[in-house]
Amino acid sequence: MSPETTDGLPARILELGEELRREGIAIGTSEILDAFDVLGEISWTSKDDFREALAATLAKSQEDRRVFELVFDRFFFRTVEVAARQEGVSEDEFVALDELSEDELEALRAQIAAALRDGSEGAMRDLARLAIAALARRQEGSGVIGVDVQRIRRALGLRAEPQPDLPAGDPRRDGVPREALRRFEALLRRELERSQIERTGNLPPSRPLGELDRALPSGPLADLAAVHRVVAQLRRRLATQGMQARGHRRHAHVDVRRTMRASLQTGGVPVELKFRPRRPRRPEIYVLCDVSTSVTSASVFFLSVLHALHDTFRKMRSFVFIERISEVTDIFERERNFKAVSERISTDAGVADISGYTDYGRVWSEFLEQVEDDLHPRATVIVLGDARTNGRDPRAEVFAHIAARAGRTFWLNPEPRLYWNYGDSVIAAYEQYCTAFECWTTAQLEDFVRALTRPAATAGR
Amino acid sequence: MPSAPTSVADLAGGLREVGYLPGEATTLVAYLAIKLGKPVLVEGPAGVGKTELAKALAAHLDRELVRLQCYEGLDEAKSLYEWNYRKQLLRIQTEQAGTGWEAVQEDIFGEEFLLARPLMTAITSEQPVVLLIDEIDKTDQEFEAMLLEVLSDFQISIPELGRLQARTHPVVLLTSNNSRELTEALKRRCLYLWLDYPTLEHELEIVHLHAPDLDEAVARRLVEVIGMVRELDLKKPPSIAESIDWARALLLLGVREIDADTFNETMSVIVKHRTDMDVVAERVGLKLRSPADVA
Repeated sequence: MSPETTDGLPARILELGEELRREGIAIGTSEILDAFDVLGEISWTSKDDFREALAATLAKSQEDRRVFELVFDRFFFRTVEVAARQEGVSEDEFVALDELSEDELEALRAQIAAALRDGSEGAMRDLARLAIAALARRQEGSGVIGVDVQRIRRALGLRAEPQPDLPAGDPRRDGVPREALRRFEALLRRELERSQIERTGNLPPSRPLGELDRALPSGPLADLAAVHRVVAQLRRRLATQGMQARGHRRHAHVDVRRTMRASLQTGGVPVELKFRPRRPRRPEIYVLCDVSTSVTSASVFFLSVLHALHDTFRKMRSFVFIERISEVTDIFERERNFKAVSERISTDAGVADISGYTDYGRVWSEFLEQVEDDLHPRATVIVLGDARTNGRDPRAEVFAHIAARAGRTFWLNPEPRLYWNYGDSVIAAYEQYCTAFECWTTAQLEDFVRALTRPAATAGR
Repeated sequence: MPSAPTSVADLAGGLREVGYLPGEATTLVAYLAIKLGKPVLVEGPAGVGKTELAKALAAHLDRELVRLQCYEGLDEAKSLYEWNYRKQLLRIQTEQAGTGWEAVQEDIFGEEFLLARPLMTAITSEQPVVLLIDEIDKTDQEFEAMLLEVLSDFQISIPELGRLQARTHPVVLLTSNNSRELTEALKRRCLYLWLDYPTLEHELEIVHLHAPDLDEAVARRLVEVIGMVRELDLKKPPSIAESIDWARALLLLGVREIDADTFNETMSVIVKHRTDMDVVAERVGLKLRSPADVA
């Protein structure tokens, strides 16, 4: 296999590796070599074996595996299409089924529903093509594949929910299995894409998988489970990262006292050197979290981040605020369950007065009152909030005082940077005293975590 | 049958014989691991048969299973080797007079004084073994780094002795419950296998294998209910082991049909948390009632 070959399977595998790398999966040369090794051991005629074998060597976590599935399907589908175009092979254009009577259509619907219920892949593929032939022609294609897929699905009356008004024998009555429906939609999408490629004679540009830019769940109905997944990952990373940072600063300070003491055993000759143990300095962290209505969607997320941080850092004090400030450290320490924590905070934190609008000025002075004596250069202060003062005095000088007392000060703002300093946002007043991060996607959160776990350069030892 | 399997189907059949019903991906990856001699990293929720897979492989290949259970603070002395310090002392004492340091040193740092721990046992064994490194995510990163040498080159460096090379090639399985991210370096050396809860049909087969006398209809119902319970957001979803336990319990009780009452009485076999029980009783118990009322 020479690297110049541009056709044949080796080249395809390399391209697949490239594409996976573009989607952010770490694939090294060793993975690629492994992939070639495993392909020597299995038969290539079974698509499942082929895919599983490649996945075992290329995708090394569940998250990677999910991306792999998507890329694999798209990649080999495209490869086949490219080859077909080069060879001049084209499948017959769909037979135009313009005039399908309502009865025939109803029969088709029932047939598709039955195939979905039984979950047979081959039948589903054929029926997907039939459905496109029957329905996509009747209505003008919208040009957007996703829209067409949904239109066809609706026209077929396929729904995951039970449809009790249908006759008893109809397979759609109890609802179509969600998994089968998803697969059928994928088949529709693929067939539509194929016919589009054949019509236009070229491939649409391949786009990176959009859904992978995982934005933070937002909106009050944000899926708590999704938040938890993100946070769990974050926690793992925190646990691992702290470790690495500690490993970097290897030091060997001889503990003279203990060495001398040990040398007594060997007659005063210091045979065994005793080193000072490396005690990782756990940062002391103060977190202030805005829980007012303007950040409702973000505060669910922030609270769970707080929760995760609490598990990782021992010395940490947390506060929530709206108009006033309230310490919630012991709630987090007592309650291990996130749901209980957020309930406790909403019931007995007592942070809102009358208006329910955030008053940053007051929050700073109250915070300073409570912790001024404890703040020292090794402490880190993190503020989670949107810096919208509702027209009240920001009292940036108090914040400056806090930042000066503490070693590091971070600000996490759930708004995109574009909105900063518009309206009543006064983040500019605070930003000069702290490092501000925009934080509305997990990637941004990870940036912040990296900054946080990196030991402060100025930290005294 | 100590010889290596010749095909994937061959291995699948062999694993079945020893009472393990592998999924397709599982067999394939296991087969590749044996063929290529690469370690496999098996991840998945608790109780889907990660450890069982290693046991079944050992039984099928007729090899000894060497198991290293990981925990926080596990170190080289516990996993690789340790000098048998007492024996060394004894040796020095008995030979005290007359022998020079040189002679004694060569003596006491010999293989005779080495206490082999699981990893070394696996490497130096005369017969090929199956090495199971269980719950690797429980250890620290330092330990992972130490494993790298063992996993990629199948050798151990002992400062006083030199390198110990593997005489035979062990099949290595590492399991992880995903409680922490493993390092890239470790993942790079392994094949990856994600074991998930089995599909309905697959689990039904497993239940059949372990509780063959259970009525077909009851078994199917049982697997469906377990599936329903797993859908809920529980602290600890029921594992395969628990479905088997439940099947055996139902068999003992002579149950002919799983209705709401039987379910509530025997629920404790599959759900093991106070709060989970409330959730399950509320959500699944009700669902079980409705078809019975209709019938």
